[in-house]
Amino acid sequence: MRFSFASLARQAWRGHSDWPEQWRSPEPKPAYDVVIVGAGGHGLATAYYLAKEHGVTKVAVIEKGWLGGGNTGRNTTVIRSNYLWEASEGIYGHAHRMWPTLSQELNYNVMFSPRGHMMIAHSHHDEQAFKRHIYANRLAGIPNEWLTPEQAREVCPILNIDPGIRYPVRGAAFQRTAGTARHDAVAWGYARAASALGVDIVQNCPVTGIRRDASGAVCGVETAKGFIGAKKIGVVAAGNTSPVMAMAGLRMPLESVPLQALVSEPLKPVMPIVMSSNTIHAYMSQSDKGELVIGAGSDAYVSYSQTGGLHIATATLEAICELFPMLSRVRMLRNWGGIVDVTPDRSPILGKTPIPGLFVNCGWGTGGFKATPGSGHVFAHLVATGEPNAIAAPFSLERFRTGALINEATAAAVAH
Amino acid sequence: MLLIRCPYCEMERPESEFKYAGEAHLTREPLTATDEEWTDFLFFRHNTRGVYAERWRHAVGCGRFFNCLRDTVSDKIVVTYRAGEPRPALP
Repeated sequence: MRFSFASLARQAWRGHSDWPEQWRSPEPKPAYDVVIVGAGGHGLATAYYLAKEHGVTKVAVIEKGWLGGGNTGRNTTVIRSNYLWEASEGIYGHAHRMWPTLSQELNYNVMFSPRGHMMIAHSHHDEQAFKRHIYANRLAGIPNEWLTPEQAREVCPILNIDPGIRYPVRGAAFQRTAGTARHDAVAWGYARAASALGVDIVQNCPVTGIRRDASGAVCGVETAKGFIGAKKIGVVAAGNTSPVMAMAGLRMPLESVPLQALVSEPLKPVMPIVMSSNTIHAYMSQSDKGELVIGAGSDAYVSYSQTGGLHIATATLEAICELFPMLSRVRMLRNWGGIVDVTPDRSPILGKTPIPGLFVNCGWGTGGFKATPGSGHVFAHLVATGEPNAIAAPFSLERFRTGALINEATAAAVAH
Repeated sequence: MLLIRCPYCEMERPESEFKYAGEAHLTREPLTATDEEWTDFLFFRHNTRGVYAERWRHAVGCGRFFNCLRDTVSDKIVVTYRAGEPRPALP
């Protein structure tokens, strides 16, 4: 069923009592052309573009929990594209250009809100690094501009620009086209659209093994619901990529660490933009419900626990209170952790693997949500054709051997 | 916050005294190593879901590196031991 004014009015008339399920929940078939491991935003988007743009509709997305229940439902929903290198501007710019029309594309309101993203500089080094990013972005046609402390406060009136504080605001990089979207809606929208095109989404079905034939190529996955055959497997498992790839005997250039976030009690609108500071490990925006959505730093150690130390969140809140003194008595409602897979150069891996038929999309680390549409779009091309397109090509697994790394440690916005 | 026993100081101290230093028991490749071997040594990690051998440094204590077995699902530390000692068998 398409969402439209007429369908909304009809359902309102009936007291919203018979909306149909938005996607099917089938039992898995014995075999598919492609199996995607992981039904987060990136995996569901991959399945959607496989069906829509490449005509590959015999696709299953296998998920150990519920769809969108991992990092898709745990991130702080920031969308921006102010990365340094051309390769990054390629992939994040591609994704950023897809966001404004994504709700129309999926016929599902993802609540994209381009309210602007401000990256605050606290030191001479920050200032130099951010200005370098701004100039690089503008050469690549990606909007980004420098604000003085006074200009920054004009955009965000609750910002404390007193030069005497521990981490004074020396200026900010501001991307006006950046913003947020509703993370759950992105997963649900892609799931609904993919399901309508014939993609099977199988939830509560952990993958327990990757089976290979005599030639060494993949031939399917072992799961809690039995063997599912497929000549092509795309692993899109974020923090759990290393354990899944280990099933095929591969090690990855990844470390999985907890990244924490918090939300406050709902407030009247006070925060008009998304703010981030990688020097003090904090980022913050205000949701449409009024909650302040706050991203903290990552814990130091490898973990799959989806929780982290309270000292990490405390350090972030101390910094937030200094930068935004009016928030010092706001109470926090919840905090949680997501497991992010971090690469040595802080850029993702989208590529083939040494095993024929096995593809991997991982390493988005602390900032994968923004890339969801672009990542799914180029990964679908890779899985369908067997070769990466020009946008995905620099993000190969091979780059760790050739040395063509794409170092985005500064742009990652979370120091780690 | 983890409570970590430094095997040199022989004391349990809070995590904030320590620095994490990644996977333990990696052996530096000789200069004759191939590109593949170097890549593996520099970048590829087991990143184990389960008991993981990792290095920590008692940065604001004795300053020394040591190794630790920790379950990465529960974050519970199994045992810490001095650098150079072999990985202990699990109890």
